[in-house]
Amino acid sequence: MSLANKEIGPPVIELGVMGWLRKNLFSNWYNSLLTIFGVYLLYILIPPLVNWIFLDANFVGSTRDDCTNEGACWIFIRQNIKLIFYGLYPTEELWRINFVYLILFISGVYLLIPELKYKGWVGAFLLIIFPIICVIMLSGGLGLEAVETRLWGGLFLTLVIAGVGIVLSLPIGVMLALGRRSKLPVVSILCTIFIEIWRGVPLITVLFMASNMFPLFMPEGVNFDKLIRALIGVMFFSAAYLAEVVRGGLQAMPKGQYEASQAVGLTYWRMMTLVILPQSLKMVIPAIIGSFIAIFKDTTLVLVIGLFDFLGIIQFVGTNPDWLGFSHEGYVFAAAVFWVFCYAMSWYSQRLEKKLDTGR
Amino acid sequence: MSSELMIEMKNVHKWFGELHVLNDINLEINKGEKIVICGPSGSGKSTLIRCINRLEEHQRGNIIVEGTELTNDSRSIERIRGEVGMVFQQFNLFPHLSILDNCSLAPIWVRKLPKAEAKEKAMEYLKRVQIDDQAHKYPAQLSGGQQQRAAIARALCMEPRIMLFDEPTSALDPEMIKEVLDVMVGLAQGGMTMIVVTHEMGFAKEVADSIIFMDEGQIVEAKNPKDFFDNPESERTKTFLSQIL
Repeated sequence: MSLANKEIGPPVIELGVMGWLRKNLFSNWYNSLLTIFGVYLLYILIPPLVNWIFLDANFVGSTRDDCTNEGACWIFIRQNIKLIFYGLYPTEELWRINFVYLILFISGVYLLIPELKYKGWVGAFLLIIFPIICVIMLSGGLGLEAVETRLWGGLFLTLVIAGVGIVLSLPIGVMLALGRRSKLPVVSILCTIFIEIWRGVPLITVLFMASNMFPLFMPEGVNFDKLIRALIGVMFFSAAYLAEVVRGGLQAMPKGQYEASQAVGLTYWRMMTLVILPQSLKMVIPAIIGSFIAIFKDTTLVLVIGLFDFLGIIQFVGTNPDWLGFSHEGYVFAAAVFWVFCYAMSWYSQRLEKKLDTGR
Repeated sequence: MSSELMIEMKNVHKWFGELHVLNDINLEINKGEKIVICGPSGSGKSTLIRCINRLEEHQRGNIIVEGTELTNDSRSIERIRGEVGMVFQQFNLFPHLSILDNCSLAPIWVRKLPKAEAKEKAMEYLKRVQIDDQAHKYPAQLSGGQQQRAAIARALCMEPRIMLFDEPTSALDPEMIKEVLDVMVGLAQGGMTMIVVTHEMGFAKEVADSIIFMDEGQIVEAKNPKDFFDNPESERTKTFLSQIL
């Protein structure tokens, strides 16, 4: 019986390209209609876009007169690239930023290669030593010339704000989530108030407060750097959102996991760090990355307090009389770069989810 | 028979809100004794054993485990949890850790054993429950019976002097109950002090020194297996036995 069954193959129509097309695109009349409509839509949209971005676009030259105006004028981006990537950071000091990028890139690639060992040490280096290197390299010290933060800008500034916001907000968010669920009423109430206040205020308000009102409350002569104030604002704002995401993960944990940890004698912190958090953080990876992506994009709001982030500086160079009328190119470029960063985070989160999946 | 007192419960009461779940429980358990607790659901039998390692807090009376009285002092709780192992109905293995790591986690972090030694010992206990060949799998890859045996090994790795079993076979498919009961019988023969909440009366007959019947938060009857099955005194016990046997 079973032998005989093996010899009968599936119907031919189910297999191959034709089978796939039939099953997925033309399974019935409205599906076929949708397929045809979809193909038509792509046909009228894609060729003009490709023409504008690539085929008719101008890549070579140095002024706007080199642009034919039939397609995009990427010369505009090329001529302003230093401003767009680094802001007003002094040209002779740019190697410092690039050096930091290089370290970040090498450690990042190292962490992504599964075969390599000592990942823990590289991670610890990134989280503990690398930030110190960043501060010294970027703002000056140890013989390096000081570069004021008002000169920081462009994609570099966006990465600084988003990076600091993301890296610091996660641990703060986790602590707030644990605090909110604490059995100690004082801790729980304080954490709840903190979270709800930050979540109840738009980020733009937070940034205004940090930039304009905060100094009013400080004693005379105390003057925090504007960037640091914005960083603190972004960090707490993001932490409050993450706290609720993490709390969701904590609440999804079965009670049995807490009881089993207690029964083998783990203390509260051991239970949390060894058993509960690894599982609940894993559960909410998509939501955490969602928060990170949101924060990355929200950094564009720092423009309102006079910091020129990536998008801000692109808008700014678009107002340069030499380059008026190229805002389309600027926005398309900004969108593409933002997409690359956000998609990278999204891709990494999917990879992480797969890697950490142990079944349930 | 040594008669070293391991667990002592004196006039223990517990309420869940208005509900009186434990009503004046008095119990003495000596070293090496095996106690089986049975009773209808909601009778407080699980709550009783969960009070012994403070997964539930009793509100009145005294619970003394190996000379240490359970109080709110976290040191007394930690000390007692180190001596008392527990096996749950739903296994409660840590799904993000391999079976081996499940077993070596507490010895490493609570007992402070070196990693290699803890894993070695974990393998020993996994061999004893006959799943050493599954040590590097994750809990979700194991059958229910294997998971429960892993959970028993995890508890044993802390080298407890007392083992609590909270309906260890109730969540298992029938064909897997025996493999878990066999492990428990082996443990009993090795001289472990055990308190087992179960409805497996065959197991009770075979290993129990004494069977306790609970109803509505009270110990109704406590006898050796022969008297318990042959001459139950209370009507409630008789009704219960007629229903499950």
